[in-house]
Amino acid sequence: MPLLSLREAIATYVKDGASVALEGFTHLIPFAAGQEIIRQQRRHLHLIRMTPDLVYDQMIGMGCASRLTFSWGGNPGVGSLHRLRDAVERGWPQPLTLAEFTHAEMAVAYQAGASGVSCGVMPRHAPSDLARVPGTAVREVQCPFTAAPLAAVPALTPDVTILHAQQIDARGNVLIRGIVGAAKEAALAARQLLVTVEEQVETLGSDMNALILPSWVVTAASIVPGGAYPSYAHGYYPRDNAFYLAWDEIARDRERFSAWMERHVLGVPDHAGLLRALGVAA
Amino acid sequence: MSEPGYSRDEIMTVTAARQLRNGAVCFVGIGLPSAACNLARLTHAPDLVLIYESGTVGTRPVVLPLSIGDGELAETATCIVPLPEIFAHYLQRGRIDVGFLGAAQLDRFGNLNSTVIGDYAHPQVRLPGAGGAPEIATYAREVLVVMKQTPRSFVARLDFCTSCGYLEGRGVRRTFGPPGAGPQAVITDFGVLRPNPDTEELELASVYPGVTADAARAATGWPLNVTRTLAVVPPPEPRELEVLRDLHARTGAAHARPVHIKLPS
Repeated sequence: MPLLSLREAIATYVKDGASVALEGFTHLIPFAAGQEIIRQQRRHLHLIRMTPDLVYDQMIGMGCASRLTFSWGGNPGVGSLHRLRDAVERGWPQPLTLAEFTHAEMAVAYQAGASGVSCGVMPRHAPSDLARVPGTAVREVQCPFTAAPLAAVPALTPDVTILHAQQIDARGNVLIRGIVGAAKEAALAARQLLVTVEEQVETLGSDMNALILPSWVVTAASIVPGGAYPSYAHGYYPRDNAFYLAWDEIARDRERFSAWMERHVLGVPDHAGLLRALGVAA
Repeated sequence: MSEPGYSRDEIMTVTAARQLRNGAVCFVGIGLPSAACNLARLTHAPDLVLIYESGTVGTRPVVLPLSIGDGELAETATCIVPLPEIFAHYLQRGRIDVGFLGAAQLDRFGNLNSTVIGDYAHPQVRLPGAGGAPEIATYAREVLVVMKQTPRSFVARLDFCTSCGYLEGRGVRRTFGPPGAGPQAVITDFGVLRPNPDTEELELASVYPGVTADAARAATGWPLNVTRTLAVVPPPEPRELEVLRDLHARTGAAHARPVHIKLPS
């Protein structure tokens, strides 16, 4: 498992047109990786993520994506993701094809992917228009044992999953602490797994049942302190809720958004540059 | 009439909090539901079990989270479980007493839209989408809805049905077999709507002090029925207001605190 610079990891493993899942449920969102993908101007990506959050709002607004698979696309506790909305409602900067799930369905889809099975099952859904939208992938099937109606959700198998985590040890094992979302399932469902971490330590010193991704399931790792900002890394820094509130105004307007991205993402060499430009790091 | 000494938002939150019995296991959404659940926990229901869909179980936050997965929720939780488990093992398996939902649109049978305004393929407004709502609406033993009442949000016909309430009413929901009982109360900024026991259509069951049934009707996009026994919600008690205001003050201060990250030199 090589340790690479983030620039090199993205250049090597994230190709135009790839399906890419940057996971982390509110916590440990790999912002640094998303912004490096923007810097390298990847195009036509199929973005996969339960909650697109600001990281995909930025990638969509900068023209990286042509497809989005998701289950809840808002700015948590604040409102809309304006760049996501602009792409869906007005095709700016380019049209975005949606495939939407519920959270529970998407969790099942990742689990199926991670288990090497073509679909996962749930009890039959209550009636909803979600069953009728174009691109819906959920199908009703019958349990072969009880004849009960079930909902089958096709497996999600991203070309690349990218996670942010707290620590990597000297042998390349990766530790995630705190809210884990569907990170483990998304990681093991992917063909390749990239990880960014806050720091490298000699040994992890974690509990027996800790969430550890062993080095040999990780394709490549990069040490990126602050790499989840403005989301958070438990034990390192808190979520910048003020930034999430401020983003609502920044992203509402195309020109203001583009200027912000130009200055804070394209105009800096790396994530440390962004943190300094925002005054978050000295 | 003199000012009542509390805002509509406050009486709405207090009224929502009062719906929760001590010891209930509650699946909490962000915003007003989260404020109501924590107010209940800090007043009459200290043993309320709060679960957020981020997998934080039995959490007791000191400040309200902005997102569903703030660190505050993790630090004060009994345990944190992976997201697939919170939906499959807790919600789907029938371990949740109360689910709390909001939406952009609600119809007279408590069906909810959080997907689009307008046509799905060419939406006027693309809303955030389903999240956990359809499964919460299906599996929670009972559902509470908290929403501001306007003719644009309380509509005769949903643009899109994301999560089911009573469908077309008169027992139709039960024929599809979702285990939960459906929406038991809709708490608005006018009062509380409850389903009619026969038709399952939502009716105005109580109003806040100083609010008229006509005002509530005018804020509703269908001809809203009023129960014969229309009640007046008791105003917030000083203790409830004090706890709620303290909670919001702590939260505001916490959310404004600047984040500093130390980079290795």
